[in-house]
Amino acid sequence: MIEARNISKSFGENQVLKNISVSFEKGKTNLVIGQSGSGKTVLIKCLVGLFEVDQGNVLFDGRNFSEMSFNKRKSIRKEIGMLFQGGALFDSLTVEENVMFPLTMYTNQNLEEKRERVNFCLKWVNLENSNKLYPAELSGGMIKRVAIARAISMNPQYLFCDEPNSGLDPHTAGVIDDLIQRLTYEFQMTTVVNTHDMNSVIKIGDTVSFIYKGNLWWEGDKSQILDTDNKELNDFVFDTELTKRLKEK
Amino acid sequence: MLIEINSLGVESLGIVAIISVFMGAVVAIQTAYNIDNPLIPLKMVGFTVRQSVILEFSPTIMSLILAGKVGSRIASEIGTMRVTEQIDALEIMGINPANYLIFPKISAAMIFNPVIIIISMGFGLVGGWLVSQFTTLFTPQDYITGLRGWFEGYTIIYALIKTVVFAFLITSISGFEGYSVKGGAIQVGAASTRAVVWSSIMIILFNLILTQLLLS
Repeated sequence: MIEARNISKSFGENQVLKNISVSFEKGKTNLVIGQSGSGKTVLIKCLVGLFEVDQGNVLFDGRNFSEMSFNKRKSIRKEIGMLFQGGALFDSLTVEENVMFPLTMYTNQNLEEKRERVNFCLKWVNLENSNKLYPAELSGGMIKRVAIARAISMNPQYLFCDEPNSGLDPHTAGVIDDLIQRLTYEFQMTTVVNTHDMNSVIKIGDTVSFIYKGNLWWEGDKSQILDTDNKELNDFVFDTELTKRLKEK
Repeated sequence: MLIEINSLGVESLGIVAIISVFMGAVVAIQTAYNIDNPLIPLKMVGFTVRQSVILEFSPTIMSLILAGKVGSRIASEIGTMRVTEQIDALEIMGINPANYLIFPKISAAMIFNPVIIIISMGFGLVGGWLVSQFTTLFTPQDYITGLRGWFEGYTIIYALIKTVVFAFLITSISGFEGYSVKGGAIQVGAASTRAVVWSSIMIILFNLILTQLLLS
């Protein structure tokens, strides 16, 4: 379980997160939703330590990550996998080298063992036989899948996904959603997904946290989100013409 | 480290060789044209080319050229990694990105730039010799005699000390500029420009300081 306790974060005069407390459960896909600029990316970056929180604490299974030194954080970071919005694959490395990178840095496995693990991860994301391709040769969906393979190569306990569907067509976005959910259930990971894609919310949102202007505005799950009377959440969920018409029916 | 030596050093040898040959040739021609006093022997051309190339042209001018070539490359490479979240990805993996990305570049440049500068000196002197082969301004014998006369080994040491300091300045300034990029493509371009400008200014400044310290 990952817990954020009363965390706040400001950039200059602009307070982006305002005293947020939220828990993300193990073995579930925990979605964080909100409009662009609401603070959800800052929240996820605070959780993984890319931004230092101004106040409050982040706990990974009871371990206070916020108060740890860089070296102590290292041990927890080995348990974290992260899928970035643009994939963040290393341009100069092939698909195989990208997925192998964390193994090379942190394990004593020989090349054969590492290749075996890389192929296992690539098979998981349906990208066999792409080992020798470079990121520039991949499509948007393939980049996301390689990034997922890299994120799971160390068998992490915690998986963070920042806008995993951005820039993808609806079908490919669905494939990525399925993949994230299967990984979460099969490996019993604590998964946090940052999104504003309502298809993802309805499909994989075991828990949903709505961030509004830096505040945690609403919590629930995918079955509750369509029937809520929370005005701001309704404005967000039923913002498009299609969803408005569905709501009216 | 070997990859960095190749990309920052070996790949710069072509341009260094070309510029050095022409630089040596131009210094030789200019010196020869300016010696109009019959009491000054023409072997002074070789001496002047050697001193100019070893003391200033190879270590300083080549470092300025490398600041443009290597500095912009480092800043844009690391800056692009920053804006595409590759540096964040390294950090998430528990790797110190500055140490992982910048330190090998600094080490590679500090180790290999002296080699580049020695090669540059060689090509610069060859450039002067080529002038003696293809013109009647002075003879090859004059040139060689001048090259070999009044030589002090310390000038080479002085040049190499400057080179190592300049290599550190170029890679650390460029690495810092790239690493601290925020934004997108425009900011990467601006960081690349800042890297070259600041590296060049610092090279000129430290050239003065080191010359005063080492030659006075």
